[in-house]
Amino acid sequence: MTTVRHAPPAVPRPAFDAERVRRDFPLLQNTVRGKPLVYLDNAATSQKPRAVIARTEQYYATENANVHRGVYELSERATAAYEEAREKARGFLNAASAREIVFVRGTTEAINLVASSFGRRELQPGDEVLITAMEHHSNIVPWQLICGERGAMLRVVPMNKRGELLMDEFARLLGPKTKLVAVAHVSNSLGTINPIAEIVQQAHARDVPVLVDGAQAAPHQPIDVRGLGVDFYTVSGHKMFGPTGIGLLYGTAERLEALPPYQGGGDMIKTVTFAKTTYADPPARFEAGTPNIAGAVGLGAAIDYLQALDWEAIRTHEADLLAYATDRLSSVSGVELVGTAAHKASVVSFTVQGVHAHDVGTIVDQEGVAIRTGHHCTQPVMDFFGVPATARASFAFYNTRADVDALVSAVRKVAQVFA
Amino acid sequence: MADLTDLYQQIIVEHNRAPRNFKKLAHPTRDAEGANPLCGDEIKLEVELEGDRIKDIGFQGSGCAISQASASLLTGAVQGKTKDEAQSLFRAVHAMLTSPPGVPVDTTQLGKLAALSGVRQFPVRVKCASLPWHTLRAALESTAEPVTTE
Repeated sequence: MTTVRHAPPAVPRPAFDAERVRRDFPLLQNTVRGKPLVYLDNAATSQKPRAVIARTEQYYATENANVHRGVYELSERATAAYEEAREKARGFLNAASAREIVFVRGTTEAINLVASSFGRRELQPGDEVLITAMEHHSNIVPWQLICGERGAMLRVVPMNKRGELLMDEFARLLGPKTKLVAVAHVSNSLGTINPIAEIVQQAHARDVPVLVDGAQAAPHQPIDVRGLGVDFYTVSGHKMFGPTGIGLLYGTAERLEALPPYQGGGDMIKTVTFAKTTYADPPARFEAGTPNIAGAVGLGAAIDYLQALDWEAIRTHEADLLAYATDRLSSVSGVELVGTAAHKASVVSFTVQGVHAHDVGTIVDQEGVAIRTGHHCTQPVMDFFGVPATARASFAFYNTRADVDALVSAVRKVAQVFA
Repeated sequence: MADLTDLYQQIIVEHNRAPRNFKKLAHPTRDAEGANPLCGDEIKLEVELEGDRIKDIGFQGSGCAISQASASLLTGAVQGKTKDEAQSLFRAVHAMLTSPPGVPVDTTQLGKLAALSGVRQFPVRVKCASLPWHTLRAALESTAEPVTTE
């Protein structure tokens, strides 16, 4: 008699203890439709650790006042908490100075801010802004709006069928009329990690500034804006385990200094008369009105939480999830992956032959599995791949192989329903 | 609890697989377009009216099984009906889709369309089922604006 011994899995088992960190996230303990929640829509928004929820509550319970205004103790406390969060954000992004960190509502507002302020100052008729074929609508539409106003042109770097940028096309499109390059660090619908350092190097060789949309990168790795050499970098707090309605715009001191204000109001001025107003220095120049103080403080707590984690171990863990999910989903008959770049974050977009993504979403939801279905605010990407929509599972460090198994088993039910 | 088999009844799955009247008309007298841009469902509906009666009807488009099956079932249900009869069917379907789960609905007028009754247990999918019906009404009322149920 022969004993068949199964070979151990090809991918080494991760050392990261996802089961332990899951306990830090109250929402992950919930059930939906009578089943344990399997949350795989992290690219849309992430869940929050208890530390973030508690810090936000503590702020409202003990520190709430308006910032940069009152001379009283409580206002000082609120201002200190707000500015402390800015310093934490500086550390997270490895910026040179906290003055290079602007609090915004999120990546969308950050990009709109740069498009509006930079565009009004720098773009002339015939100038070009260079984006890529895999951008989120929030890194397309603001540029279309300002290009339309200024008579400038939007140019688009194409990609291949794996969802990788064509870098020779990038080099070709980067021309004397290019005034700015705006590119995603990580694609939200394909997972592709773009070669930012190379893009920056080529753009800077022509004195062209680069804005990087880091919304999908920040949840997966510590960011080093100085190492990347970017001029602008944007993140959304809620995608990196912080609150909604808060995000960061990083700009080098030199770049921010050169930008005119975005919105006018309180807190962004030096002096106001009816004849003339002089504006505050960055970052205050770009933070008109009472900011999202509690959001900033909560984001600071999220950054503290993230910085206490072992990111080398997380890198291995997420690579394992990606490889495992790719392998297991590919084994399901009729499933086709969309976005197969060599360098990917833990995002898996897929279609099921003959079944619309929304039907896939409804069916897996019945098993407690939450995934995103639709165009993911990247309609040009869907057009490029010739699909109306995809289903997308996006993983965070608190996901496990068991989550992948639940997803795959739920996706197998799709074929049963449509048999 | 909502059950998948209520939503994806056999008749829905079958109409999605082989939609009826998925065609362009040679002589349409009315047409309308419906789209739910967030969700991606799109439908173009063409109607050939003879007097007040729907002589022929065809649809084209793409979307989820619920929207496609609903459009297919619609074309079968209103063929040969007068405009008023079609409007009355619209109201009955609308009432069925929007009545709260658990409340009994009158499906006597509905025939095969009763297969859409399970949709109301899935509130986010109601807009998929109702899109073809709102598009039909727009065609009959010659509304120029594209229709949406989002």
